[in-house]
Amino acid sequence: MSSKLKIQIKVNSIEERQEEIIEEFSMFEDWMQRYEYMIELGKSLPLIDEKFKTDDNIIKGCQSKVWVNAEFKNDNIKFTADSDAIITKGIVAILIRVFSDQKPEDIINAKTDFIDEIGLKEHLSPTRANGLVSMIKQMKMYAIAYNSQQNNKA
Amino acid sequence: MTTTSEQLLDIKKIREDFPILHREINGKPLVYFDNAATSQTPKHVIDCIVDYYETKNANIHRGVHTLSQMATDAYEEAREKVRAHFNAKKAHEIIFTSGTTHSINLVANGYASVLQKGDEILVSAMEHHSNIVPWQMLCEKTGAILKVIPMSYHGELEMDTYKQMLNDKTKLVFVNHVSNALGTINPIEDIIHLAHAVGAKVLIDGAQSAPHIKADAQALDVDFYTVSAHKICGPTGVGMLYGKEDLLNMLPPYQGGGEMISEVTFEKTTYAGLPHKFEAGTPNISGGIAFGAALDYMNDVGFENIASYESELLKYATDEISKIEGVEIYGTSPEKKTAVLSFNIKGLHPYDIGTLLDKMGVAVRTGHHCAQPIMEFYKIPGTVRASFSFYNTIEEIDIFISALKKAKTMLL
Repeated sequence: MSSKLKIQIKVNSIEERQEEIIEEFSMFEDWMQRYEYMIELGKSLPLIDEKFKTDDNIIKGCQSKVWVNAEFKNDNIKFTADSDAIITKGIVAILIRVFSDQKPEDIINAKTDFIDEIGLKEHLSPTRANGLVSMIKQMKMYAIAYNSQQNNKA
Repeated sequence: MTTTSEQLLDIKKIREDFPILHREINGKPLVYFDNAATSQTPKHVIDCIVDYYETKNANIHRGVHTLSQMATDAYEEAREKVRAHFNAKKAHEIIFTSGTTHSINLVANGYASVLQKGDEILVSAMEHHSNIVPWQMLCEKTGAILKVIPMSYHGELEMDTYKQMLNDKTKLVFVNHVSNALGTINPIEDIIHLAHAVGAKVLIDGAQSAPHIKADAQALDVDFYTVSAHKICGPTGVGMLYGKEDLLNMLPPYQGGGEMISEVTFEKTTYAGLPHKFEAGTPNISGGIAFGAALDYMNDVGFENIASYESELLKYATDEISKIEGVEIYGTSPEKKTAVLSFNIKGLHPYDIGTLLDKMGVAVRTGHHCAQPIMEFYKIPGTVRASFSFYNTIEEIDIFISALKKAKTMLL
């Protein structure tokens, strides 16, 4: 398991990153391995700076808290995040791997079908209380905001 | 574990009555431990709903045709069953509602025209949001003051404080018979008696007690009692409000519409008598009839048998879960509560535990259970709540415990 955990965010496209994740998850034979991996991803998510764990950055699911922070650097958005529940943290880690250090426009246009393909479809239901849908929405909202900021400057 | 209760109940036969208990979840046999949220439905009740739509479906109380009369008779027979079950003096003291939340709102809304500024309302610290929010709204409307009866760390109401809080300004007291988050059985006899001594009226939320305890409205001398059918093997979307006749007569109608009127002109409408005054519009007819069928089913099984068997399940589950390191159980000792096990494992989030248990076919509730003040009291984000019913088994508890151990290993 540990070899898989050396997650390096390479400068490749959102689609390429999604393909990578799909490939990793395809090696798992059952739900247990998938969840063990997500738990590992959650545990290895770099710590968010405490100052970003504000009420403004909180995405309120019914059951677990998720904080997502966005910074705009060198035309890219850098996301950091945390959650009080470890599986939720694993999910947000996957999203960060896909969306962080990408251009706002690419984030806005990105598809999110890969979540279905890696067997986490159950987490996509808007009624499920982990807020995965809200997390994606929030990341895209940041992208829209930075995008319009850029366009205004230009 | 004595076999008495099990033999008395014939669990194997009972389980055959519940079709859903035989399905699989995520490839595993379903272990349903979310009974405090909603109970499962026996074939007897499902058949009753099907039979209604196949043989009796018509609007009630108005039609002169045979079908309408049959539906009306069945609906009113159900009201009589509910009356008998809760030992109300009169059938029209039973108001069919959409469930406990509706029942509570009906009373709270009615008291808006009764209460005056400075009147005091007491609610317990272990209420469901549905027994907090309507009273807050009522206080906003009337200028009455909401006060909270505190609870101890063991999840029991502090009765001495309650006694001190009662005074001649106290007009209403609202307490759940059983706490949904903790399972605590509250001493409602004393609560009612003490409230009456200062002239206050008492509403008891029976949503969580009804599946386990048969409440006797007259013996309790309770003023209002509320129940949801779906917690006691009935369908969703139906429930009842019991109210003493004079109090129900005093309260104004909750909603206007058909059924609740006596005479309508554009100048003035006179209202129908009880129970129709509070049953505006076409009610959930099949639901009401099936509510009656559910009570029949539960009474056939027998509430004493149910209580003693569930208490054995709870005791076994409590003993087994206590062997797992890091488990903290919230609430009082098994003898003082219904079959609810609300707990956390040190260092783990309830959401994570619930998610993994579900993957192993075990359905529990996680979160704040719509009782955020309790979670605030314990300074926790929520709990995992396993709640048992008379159709659950010791074997299922074993599956739950081993799934819990597996989840713990995965998460830590």
